[in-house]
Amino acid sequence: MTMVQTLEILNSLKQNLLASRDPDKPRISVCCGTGCRVHGSMDVIEAFRQEIDNRNLSGDIGVVGTGCHGFCEKGPVVVLKPSGIFYQGVAVDDVAEIVAESVLNGTVIDRLTYADPTSGAKIVREEDVPFYRKQQRLVLDLNGDIDPTNIEDYVAFGGYTAVGKALHHMKPEGVIQEVVESGLRGRGGAGFPTGIKWRLCREADGDTKYIICNADEGDPGAYMDRSIMEGNPHRVLEGMIIGAWAIGAHEGYVYIRNEYPLAVENLRIAIAQAQAYGFVGQNILGSGFDFSVHIRPGSGAFVCGEETALMASIEDRIGEPRPRPPYPAESGLWGKPTNINNVETWANVPIVIERGADWYSQIGTEESKGTKIFSLVGNINNTGLVEVPMGTTLSEIIYDIGGGIPGDKECKAVQLGGPSGGCVPREHFDVPIDFQSLQKLGAIMGSGGMVVCDEDTCMVEFARYFMDFVQQESCGKCVPCRLGTKAMLEVLTAITQGEGREGDVAYLEELATQISRSSLCGLGQTAPNPVLSTLRYFRDEYEAHIRDKRCPAHVCRPLIRYSVDADKCTGCGRCLRNCPAEAISGAKKEPHTIDQEKCIRCGSCYELCKFDAIGVE
Amino acid sequence: MITLSIDGRDVEATEGSTILEVAREHGIEIPTLCYHEALEPYGSCRLCVVELETRRGPLLVASCVYPAEEGAVVKTNSEMVRDSRRITAELLLSAAPNARVIRELATKLGVTEPRVGLGDNNCILCGLCVRACREIVRADAISLVNRGFTKEVSAPFEIGSNACIGCTTCVFVCPTAAIKLEDVLGNRSVHDWGSDFEATACKICGDHYLAPEFAVETEQSLGERDV
Amino acid sequence: MQSTFDASELDDLLNGRRDGGNGSLMDVLEEVQARYRYLPRDALILISESMGVPLSQTYGVATFYNAFSLEPKGRHVISVCTGTACMVRGARKVLERISERLGIQPGETTEDGQFTLETVNCLGACALGPVVVADGAYSGEMTSAKTDVLLRELLTEVETV
Repeated sequence: MTMVQTLEILNSLKQNLLASRDPDKPRISVCCGTGCRVHGSMDVIEAFRQEIDNRNLSGDIGVVGTGCHGFCEKGPVVVLKPSGIFYQGVAVDDVAEIVAESVLNGTVIDRLTYADPTSGAKIVREEDVPFYRKQQRLVLDLNGDIDPTNIEDYVAFGGYTAVGKALHHMKPEGVIQEVVESGLRGRGGAGFPTGIKWRLCREADGDTKYIICNADEGDPGAYMDRSIMEGNPHRVLEGMIIGAWAIGAHEGYVYIRNEYPLAVENLRIAIAQAQAYGFVGQNILGSGFDFSVHIRPGSGAFVCGEETALMASIEDRIGEPRPRPPYPAESGLWGKPTNINNVETWANVPIVIERGADWYSQIGTEESKGTKIFSLVGNINNTGLVEVPMGTTLSEIIYDIGGGIPGDKECKAVQLGGPSGGCVPREHFDVPIDFQSLQKLGAIMGSGGMVVCDEDTCMVEFARYFMDFVQQESCGKCVPCRLGTKAMLEVLTAITQGEGREGDVAYLEELATQISRSSLCGLGQTAPNPVLSTLRYFRDEYEAHIRDKRCPAHVCRPLIRYSVDADKCTGCGRCLRNCPAEAISGAKKEPHTIDQEKCIRCGSCYELCKFDAIGVE
Repeated sequence: MITLSIDGRDVEATEGSTILEVAREHGIEIPTLCYHEALEPYGSCRLCVVELETRRGPLLVASCVYPAEEGAVVKTNSEMVRDSRRITAELLLSAAPNARVIRELATKLGVTEPRVGLGDNNCILCGLCVRACREIVRADAISLVNRGFTKEVSAPFEIGSNACIGCTTCVFVCPTAAIKLEDVLGNRSVHDWGSDFEATACKICGDHYLAPEFAVETEQSLGERDV
Repeated sequence: MQSTFDASELDDLLNGRRDGGNGSLMDVLEEVQARYRYLPRDALILISESMGVPLSQTYGVATFYNAFSLEPKGRHVISVCTGTACMVRGARKVLERISERLGIQPGETTEDGQFTLETVNCLGACALGPVVVADGAYSGEMTSAKTDVLLRELLTEVETV
């Protein structure tokens, strides 16, 4: 441990670390993010350490447990450095062979490499894997290289030099100007220009100011922030130190979901190490600037991702948002000027300061600069984290990076922005992902959750699911959200149960308009979006449910009918035996029938039949 | 002093006022439910919304909390405002169909029948009782509990509040008479909070009063001085 | 309301936090929830008194946030992720299976106090959906069949203890 009291000491620490680390020395990078851990990567890394120990090679081969590499579908992911060999689905049984063959001999083990899904060709190196090739990893660049619980890894890769540059070679207003010119916009969903937000806080009256990192990533299906916090929490801290310096704040809070235990743990370790090394605390790098940071775990309330509810929670009150103005920049935590930014926004800051606004603003589009991380999930082959320059099309993400839809199904739509967002149907997949273009389609960028829906998704049920989510998470303070979304949910539920009536759609639209206009906070204001968006592109599905009492995607149980095709049925009895409602009857080797009165539409017979003899409509 | 336009009229206002305060000073009516001039505005009922002109088009803002700003252009009864208030009233009626104030409000705003039923509870969660108990009485005896549709006003653990002093401010301030008070033969009960008080006769003047413990101490200390 | 809670049990949490001193109410509540698997009423009364926070505020906070429960949770907590990605991959069937087998709805605890079933809106492990967390251990790519296996394991553990 080194107390880095000056810029000179930081530079020499970095030099020493680089000098002591041979770039040609083999390193085995094992992904230990939450996803790969569920796949068993902790056993895998333990096996690697054992194997190397057994061979007495601990001094010659490094093993590093990293944060999320991003290619979550293929975990446990192991990458060999410096060769760059990428292995997927690695099991404990593969470890000995990997060490013997690939690490010591340079031989590639075919069965563990990534195979192109169409040609079957093996792709050996990580950078050639299509999932990674089309990405531009600025924020996630070190996730495959560093141990997030070892600050020296981050320093060796240049960590904390941006802080040194800001505190010693730039003035606070200069830092703000750099961020303004970079074009960096908030990554939490609203896309407000970050530099301008900082400036407003800096110019607010008062000596006591706060900064907050909003790590309450609540959109279901979105886990970008989790992976940043797990894999490189120091980058976020570095961004916060720079921001605090620019704004004139001496205290910061990271408000992080308690549903992310590994991220919370890695952040605790990072803060403790940053304190021990002097990057957080008093007189940072000899600049005279003091800054301390606290962790506040969330307590399970989606609404606390809203900035004023978040602050209420830190103040030990219930998470009810309050009206604005005044905005947090003027009056926030305990009434003091406060700047709140999302995790990914903070993580971009050291990059902007280190590389400069000119360089940063070359990436992306006219109005949306830099890269954005998306979590690509749902009915998609390559589930994982994707970091691309703004302006990349949805099509490129889904097909070139995502590898398309599993099971040869058609892609129906992609939901962006979770419960606040809208869906983009297949015909608009050529849309570039940036703040502007998505708005025109009735969608939003959101925080980065990208849920892919195939042809078997019922868009009405999908909208109902989000409204149910909003109802569970609404704080209940204001009438339009508390009662209005309840009314919308009742109508949507009735529709999915075959009890929709003429006039329901018009009522939904009226409620949607008024709720979005008069709700007190962003949760209520955006709650109607999934309904509005599915009505815009999939109105026919609503009409089928209401008029024909039919669910075209065969999802809404009361609207499904299963029946036996007598021509195909062999009378094997498999469905009969397994029917939980005893609704199927028939003699052996005779076509069976389903009693529609008893049938509970569980779909077991449909799943189990080997002869394709169960029809669904 | 600042100037802003309300319903086409230029009006003067002191800086720091809200749009509602300015409107009322000038005799312009805006309906409210969760607003009380003795309390910090809360902005939850959304009835007081008005239309504000902004660079990105017209925006609805809650006039009880939104600051009156120099040059602002405000409409208190435009179609956008009326449409919003009507739905707000309809939703309130859906949840509190038997509250007289709500029925009157709904009728006034053009709502006849709610299109959906959301229960029957006179409490509309305006929060006035909680806020009055906290800000004025400073007893903090009751609070908002649970979240979302199941949110309600309650004393801790729904069985009683040590902190309630039986002052009945909550009963007084409630717009829908949702809090039941029983004053019978020297015994006061606020059943919703599990509060039950027996009146005692004052040793000094003989009148009956309610006696939370701290008041007994006050009485004793008064007795020691010439009253 | 008098507290019958043994004050000394919470001394380590309340020291330095009494009477509005440094320290957050929510941090204390989270620690109590972790220790006792719920927030005992008398503990809340004690904490409110010690920290100078109105009991009504403490109670409001205890009922607002999902992390806190006023009823004891089961020895084993099973959380089923019902985030969008998991739902799209079939989480509902998994939830229904567990609910049916244990005889409880999400949010409830079995009568013998062994199991609590909960839903959670996204754990961020979407590539492995549907995800179930049982006593902190994650299981991914759950199906109805795998759920049966998981429940069998948990029930055996319960019996042998």
